[in-house]
Order: sequence, then C-alpha cells, then structure tokens
Amino acid sequence: MSRLNEESLRIANEIINRYPIKKSALIPLLHLAQEQEGWVTDQAMRHIAEILGVTPAEVLGTCSFYEMFKRSPVGEYQVNVCHGISCHLLGAENLLHHAEDTLGIKEGETTQDGKFSLEGVECIAACTEAPCLQVNYRYQNKVTTSDFNELVQEIIDGERSDIPKHGSLAKVRQNISPERLAGIEPVEHAEQPEWLNRNGQDS
Amino acid sequence: MSETMHSQDLINFTLNGEEVSAANGDNLIDACEKAGVEIPRFCYHKRMNSVGMCRMCIVEVDTGRGPALQPSCMLTVSEGMAVNTESETTKKAQDGVLEFLLLNHPLDCPICDKGGECPLQDQTIAFGPGETRFVEEKRHFEKPISINENVYLDRERCILCDRCTRFADEVVGDPLIHFIDRGNATQVNTFPDDPFASYFSGNVVQICPVGALTAKPYRFKARPWDLEEIESTYPNPLGDRITIQSSRDQVLRFQGLDKESVNWGWLTDKDRFSFQAFQSEYRVQEPLVRGGGLNRPDRNGLGLVASSWSNVLTMATDAIKQTVPDRIAVIGGSRLTNESQYSWTKLAKGIIGTDHVDASLGDELPPQAILGLPKTTVNEVCSAGNTVILIAPDLKEEYGTLYIRLRHAALENDVKIIELSPTETGLSNVAAITLHPRPGEIAKVVHSLLTGEGPVEIGGIPKELILQAHELVKDRDLKVVYGKQSIAESDQPIIEALSLLKRNPNSKFLPLVRRGNAMGAIQMGMAPGLLPGQVTLAEGSEAFNDIWPNLPNKQGMGTEEILQSAADGMIDVLFILGADPLSDFYDPELVEKALTTVKSVISVDLFVNASAYHADIFFPASAFIEVNGSHTNIEGRITPIRKKVTSPGTTRPDWMIAAEIANRLDHDLRIEKPEDVWGELSPRSISHANVSMDSIGATPEGQLLESTDVIELEEIEEISDTRPFDSYSLRLVLAKRMYDRGTVTQMSPSLKEFTGTSQLHINPTDFKAMGIQNGKPVLVTAGDRNLTVLVIPDKRIPRSIAFGYLNQTGEDLRTLLIKGADSIDIRIDPTSRVG
Repeated sequence: MSRLNEESLRIANEIINRYPIKKSALIPLLHLAQEQEGWVTDQAMRHIAEILGVTPAEVLGTCSFYEMFKRSPVGEYQVNVCHGISCHLLGAENLLHHAEDTLGIKEGETTQDGKFSLEGVECIAACTEAPCLQVNYRYQNKVTTSDFNELVQEIIDGERSDIPKHGSLAKVRQNISPERLAGIEPVEHAEQPEWLNRNGQDS
Repeated sequence: MSETMHSQDLINFTLNGEEVSAANGDNLIDACEKAGVEIPRFCYHKRMNSVGMCRMCIVEVDTGRGPALQPSCMLTVSEGMAVNTESETTKKAQDGVLEFLLLNHPLDCPICDKGGECPLQDQTIAFGPGETRFVEEKRHFEKPISINENVYLDRERCILCDRCTRFADEVVGDPLIHFIDRGNATQVNTFPDDPFASYFSGNVVQICPVGALTAKPYRFKARPWDLEEIESTYPNPLGDRITIQSSRDQVLRFQGLDKESVNWGWLTDKDRFSFQAFQSEYRVQEPLVRGGGLNRPDRNGLGLVASSWSNVLTMATDAIKQTVPDRIAVIGGSRLTNESQYSWTKLAKGIIGTDHVDASLGDELPPQAILGLPKTTVNEVCSAGNTVILIAPDLKEEYGTLYIRLRHAALENDVKIIELSPTETGLSNVAAITLHPRPGEIAKVVHSLLTGEGPVEIGGIPKELILQAHELVKDRDLKVVYGKQSIAESDQPIIEALSLLKRNPNSKFLPLVRRGNAMGAIQMGMAPGLLPGQVTLAEGSEAFNDIWPNLPNKQGMGTEEILQSAADGMIDVLFILGADPLSDFYDPELVEKALTTVKSVISVDLFVNASAYHADIFFPASAFIEVNGSHTNIEGRITPIRKKVTSPGTTRPDWMIAAEIANRLDHDLRIEKPEDVWGELSPRSISHANVSMDSIGATPEGQLLESTDVIELEEIEEISDTRPFDSYSLRLVLAKRMYDRGTVTQMSPSLKEFTGTSQLHINPTDFKAMGIQNGKPVLVTAGDRNLTVLVIPDKRIPRSIAFGYLNQTGEDLRTLLIKGADSIDIRIDPTSRVG
C-alpha cells in the first residue's frame, strides 16, 4: 500500500533514466515517495532500494540525513518557525510560543485533525525578513502574532492556494528536452570509468 | 599501475627531527609506523580506504609553507616533508580530539568487553586529557541492540569512526549497516527489521576501536588480560591465519591474524565462531565400539558404547590382521594436519600395504588437475593490473576470505576478473565480465574465449559477449583461479578448459580444494597412486622403500571405487578419517550400502556424525586447537597449527592413533612427535626439502612448497562433444552454501540456525513461464529419479538453469544426481502439486 504506486513507479523510472548511475536517483525518488504519502514510509524506502539495487540501509542513511524527508506522518501543513539569531532577536521565541498556543500543540507535534505540524528550525536564510516562518516551505515574512492568526485562519478556510500540500515539493519537476538529458548517451560509448558502466546497467 | 611503480622508489622526510625514508605513495600514518613512530588512530585501518573521520591521527606537518596540523591518514608522504608527532601543538590537538570523542562516550569500561584491549581506553591514557569539561547530559540509546544473531551494537559507546560501515560496504559488499540520522543524533544502525546478515559480520567486532560492537559468543566470557593467545592457522582451504585465545584451558574466541599473504586479518563468521564446535558437549571423549548392554562389544549391536583405547586398538588391528591389504581402504583425511596425514599415509601405504587411500570425497578435481599446473599465490593473483579467469563456485559461499581479496583486487587494484560461472555470484558485480557457460560446456566457452572463434552461440553464451571477454583476455598473462563448480557436472569439461588455458603462455593457476587441508592430503600422498611430495607411487617408491617396508606395487582405488567395492563386499576394513561421506558424497545410497556391508568400519573423528554412526570402532581424535602441526593451503603454503588447549577426555592426535595401530601391527611408525615427520620427509621429498617444524614457524608468511613438475596435467587433443541441450529442460547446478548441515556448523550454537531449507532456484522468467504456484512444492524429475521440492524464482540464476544448495534441511537434492552423467537436465512438472 505505501510502496510506490503505479503512477509513482512510472515517474520513478523516468527519473532513473536520467542518470548514468541508478543510485543517483535516490533523492528524487525519496521526494516522490514523500509526495505520494506525505511522508516517507519504511515500505517505500524498501521499494526504492529494490528498484535502485542498493540496500534499504543505504536508502535510510540518505533519507535520515535530510530534515525535509519526514519518516513519520506529519500534518498537511508543515509550519517551520525560524529561531536563527536574527529571528530570535526580533521575537521568534514569542512567535513560536504564540503558534503553540494557537494550534494547541507543542513544537514537534501535529494537531489532532492532521492539519498542522509545528517545528522550530535553524536559520532559513531570510534574516532581512525576520521573524519569518515557512508553511510547506513557502516563506511568510515579518510575521507578527496577528499575521500568524490570520494565516492559520486563511489556510483553514482554504484561501491560501499559493501554499501547496506537504510533500508536493517534487511536483516541480524538471522538464528537459530529451537530447539534453544526462546519461542519454549510451553508457558504453561514454568516456567513463569501468565502474560507471557497470552500475548504470539494468539488472 | 603507476602506483606500484612509484612505490618502488624511496623518498626522504623528517620525522621528529630525524631523517627517515619511506616508500613513495605511502600514507603518512603508515610511513611513520614503518619508521617506528605509532600515531594514534581510530578510523584508519590499513586494509580499508582512509576517511579522516576521527581526526585522532592529526600531526604537525611542514611541507615548506610552515607547520600545520593535518590528519596523517589522509596525507601522502612527500619528499622533504617535516613531520612532528611529538610537538606541543600536536599533543594539544590530539588531546582536544580525544576530549571531543569522549563527550558522548559512556565510560562504562568496567562492564565493557573491550576494556583492556580498547584503543579508545589505551589512547585516552596515552594521549588524553584525563578530565572532561563536559557537564551536560550525554546522548542515550537503548543498549545494546542485536544487529544480527551474533553481534551486539551499543550506540552509546560508538565514536562514529566509520570502520564497521566501511567494512560492510567496501570490503565485503554487504552495506546493511549505515550511518543513520545526522549531527548529534548520528548513529550506526541497520534498516528496521533488516539485520546485518553478512557472512563476515564478526570482523566488525574485531576492528571496532571501542566497545560498540561486541560478539555474543564472547560476551562477558573473559577479560583481555586473562586471555592467553597463540598464532595458528584455521584449517580451511585458504589456511586463514588466526590467533586462538583461551582462558582457563577453554578457547573463547578466534581472531583474524593480519599477515600479508592470505586473509589480511579477515575471517568468515563460519570459521570465527566455530570455536564452539570444537568444545561442544557432543565431542566424543572416549573410544567407542559397536555394542549392546553392559558396554559389551557386539557386532550386531544397535549403537556405539564406551570402550578403552587398548580394547579398540586391539579390535582394529585384529580386523586388519584377519584380512589382506587389498581389502583394506582409507577414505577422508582432509581435516588432519600435514603431520597426521603423513602418518596415516605411511600406516596405510607403507605398513599395511594398501593403496586404496583417498582423502577426497568424489567432489574434488583429480590430483593432476590440482598439482599439474604452474602455480601462483593469492597475492600474485591480486596484484595490480592482472587479468584473472575465475572458474569457481561462488567464492562468497565457499572461500570467504578469497572473495574478500579478489573483491579488493577488482575494486582497488584494477584487476580484471573474467568470471565463468553457471549463475551470478558474490563477485559478479565487481567482475569485468561474467559469462554463464551451461554446465558441461565450459571447455567450448574457454576455447572461444581464448581464440575469439566460434559459432553464434557457445555453451549458452552469445558470441558478442564472448568476443567482449576475448578482448580483455587476448595477449594477456592469465591468472586462473579454478575449482569444481557443481557436483552435477563431471570433471572432464573443466579439465579440458584447464588444458586449453595451460597452452596460453605464462598462465598461472590457483586451485581451489573443497575441504580444510585437502591440499596437504594430496601433498602427503593421500590419493591412490601418490606418495608424499608430489610424486607417483611408481616413481617415488625407491625413496621411501627403506622406511615404508610394505609399499604396494599397483595403483589403488579412489573413493568412488572404494565405496563401490565395499558395497560389493570386497572391502573388509574401511577407515573413515574425519569425514562424513553419507552427508558429503554424491551418492548416499552407495555409502549406506558400503557402510553396512563392510566388516569393520573404523571411524576417526571428533563427533559421531551420520557416517560414524555406522562405525564398528570409533577412535576419538583431537581437534586442531589441541594439536601441534601444520597446514597446507591452496597455494601450497605451509603454516603452523599450534596447540592452545588440552585435548578433552582421552582423545588423541590423529598421528598418534596411526602410530599406535602400527605398533600393534608390530611395526614402528617412528613418529613420536609431529617433528619426526619432517625428519623423515624432507630428505625424501624435493618439494618438502627445506621444510621443518622450525622453518614453518620462522617466517610470518609460512613456507611455500616448490612444485616438482613430476605430476602434470595431460594435454587434451580435442574438446569432447557436449550433449545437445533440449530447451524444455533445466540444467542442474548443485553447489555448497556457507552454512549447511556439516558437523562444524551444526555443533556451533551460534551458527546452526543459519542452515537453510532445500529448494531449487530458477530464473523468474522460467518460473513464470512454467506457471509454478508460489510456495507449493512441485515434482522435479531427472531421468528416472524424482523429487518433490520447493522451486523459487531467483534473478541471479540465468534462464534454463536450476540451482540448488547442497546439504540443507529437508529434501536431499543429491537424489537428482545421475551416476556417471556429464551434466544433468531436470524437468519440472508444475501440474503435479503436492498438498
């Protein structure tokens, strides 16, 4: 069920074909798995390992290195409040507490209805706009407590179509004309070391 | 290649103010060690790639731009480099690194197995701060967790040096453990419910520089300072070097011994944890005889009863005296040390006077195919830029440490492996090319491989593929690693293939034998028509006549013929030396018949195995941890086997049993200690001319036997015709798996659960085409033999091949073997489902 479904698998194969080495498709495929379920399931990681010819441990090693891959279910809207130094000086702590009170959850938790997850994060590189936060990785700048209330209300009312659902990052897909694709040249003709050749082949 | 050329030149650098020289291309950390300065390290291991993970080996280096701190494992030594490993800066840096490494380390040394032999402990005392400034909470993990059946992982103790994970990935190709999570939360772990199922997992315990990885069989058994150790050799075909460690006369573990020549310190789990078997409660400690109530010897008794040495010796010699030499035979002997093998050969051939002596169990190549080809060594095979032809069973299953060496050679030394194997193996993904010759047709394939000629399809392989391989092979000096790939295939095709490869100028060969000291057995004359020292009975008799009074004058029988004539009632006394033909020989029915027909079956073994259960007399022998002697590996390298613990009960070394029997036959074997063997043999054997007990132990790499060129592989005029293959059949391949129902595995509690169940593996496409239902046993036929067994799809198996592992639980796949067939085709009937 939570392995890659047919549609994801079709896209997965497309992605794999872009790379001379199958294993290179690992991160894009993890995005794909997250898009399908909203988070990356163990079964999906096993499935990815199977189709890339690596071990599940290697997939987990990569997946767990990146914050943005969630390995347990999160809300539809992932709220990341920055507590980097600039935001901190301009009231991030206050904002985070306010968010906790408003959503009725603690940092790191998800609301009962599965709508919101709240997290404090390190600097998200928008110091000029402090205090800032992200909802599903879309920036909200110079957020006051009342801005936050308004934002939450708008999301609940379905008025923020600019913010996609969680896990949709991978939907921004590369669209490259076929002749420019990496690895489109048959591997055996490419001037590459032997091992590249080997790993690139289908099993 | 350029690396090896460079490494010949020496360069000079300054180490702590002194001018020293080093091999160009060496790591600084190695160069310093060779110059006598040991730099502390955790992550660096000379058998793996450097990663610069732990920073402990940081030293002050000046390459002309002023002194700076650099990790010495990541730095290549260069001309004029000034290195200071003792400066205040270096010391302060190392002290600081240690303080960091200890931040999260629990310091639970008093309850840690590693305590006393722990690099972290030792280096903290030598280089560390002695005090910590860290007052915060250390990180916590559940401790310890099992990462497989034999290895525990304590993540709190782990310093993230990357040794175990590099080992799993780089050295053995089983990346089932990995760094998980990130930053302060980084841990080594497996995927959930996906254990570190590697045949080599015990090695990570040995290389862990802290107590994070510990072995269950050794856990809390002893303190390192209570252990006594001795360097020895594990009697497997590679002759892996080990140290045997014991406490209070009990062996507690085997550790790999890192010498240049063979295993580089690595061991398979099967060998590492097998120390349990030799000290099993099931070891037979007293002589046994077939008998009935009140321990009375009774030839018709149902079981074996305890007896005494004098009794069994008398019974055995009476049995020998009551018959003629031609009705006495000896099979087995590959478990024995060289010295015991010599003693038994001398007893059988020189004193009793029978040449019916064969250590092989019908699954070894004949002696001329093992001795009669120009020899090479593992190191020579693995040296840079070589081309290796691999005609072998899956090395990962049968020759674990050779698998590691060849894998390293392919990945790091630019060695091109041309693999000729009926199925995919552990080495296929590092081989330059893998060809799957149909069993029985390998000679044709080798012919095309060498000449580049042939029809569009040769032995199941398309010609383009062979031509690709031919490009890699032509005009190259070849190193050939070869052995019997399947017992469902006759020797002839491989012998023909070897003969073709021998014609290629400068080809060198490394034979693979199937059992422990089978190479020693051949060298010691434990084969019909052979005498010790690679000479034939006919040519060598003169040299041995003076001390072997009753040498037979005609060649005797091999194992198969011995068993056949035993079954026909032509053998009265059958010795079985540390072998279990009932489980190992390809025709168990014949063995059963032989064992029940022979008047006196005499077993010399550690355990009452299936065959020994049919014995009339049982001599309990000592294991290799309890005797002094030596071992000969596939290269012909003799290394010492040394006694570490006392032999249990009244068990005796095999050579002593032979000497006792000779004594009761009114002959003096003149062997009172293992050394005596060499005193007799070295003046009489050219290949053993310089071998003595002292010389074997004198060099770290043992002693390589010279070839005598007396025995040569006969030239083949023409390749035999192969049987046509019908496309409705599957050709059978039966091979060994690392874990089977063999005695050593079954007698080691840590290993016995790993034995699998018998099944046939076929290609998923064949599986689908036949419409076999998953999980349902089906009827399999080969000629008039049939068997109902589970068939499973396996993508490592090429089309039209059926592959099975021998000696697993459940159905006996040997049932499918047809006597005398070159190769065996089977049919699967998916409609006749059972149950």
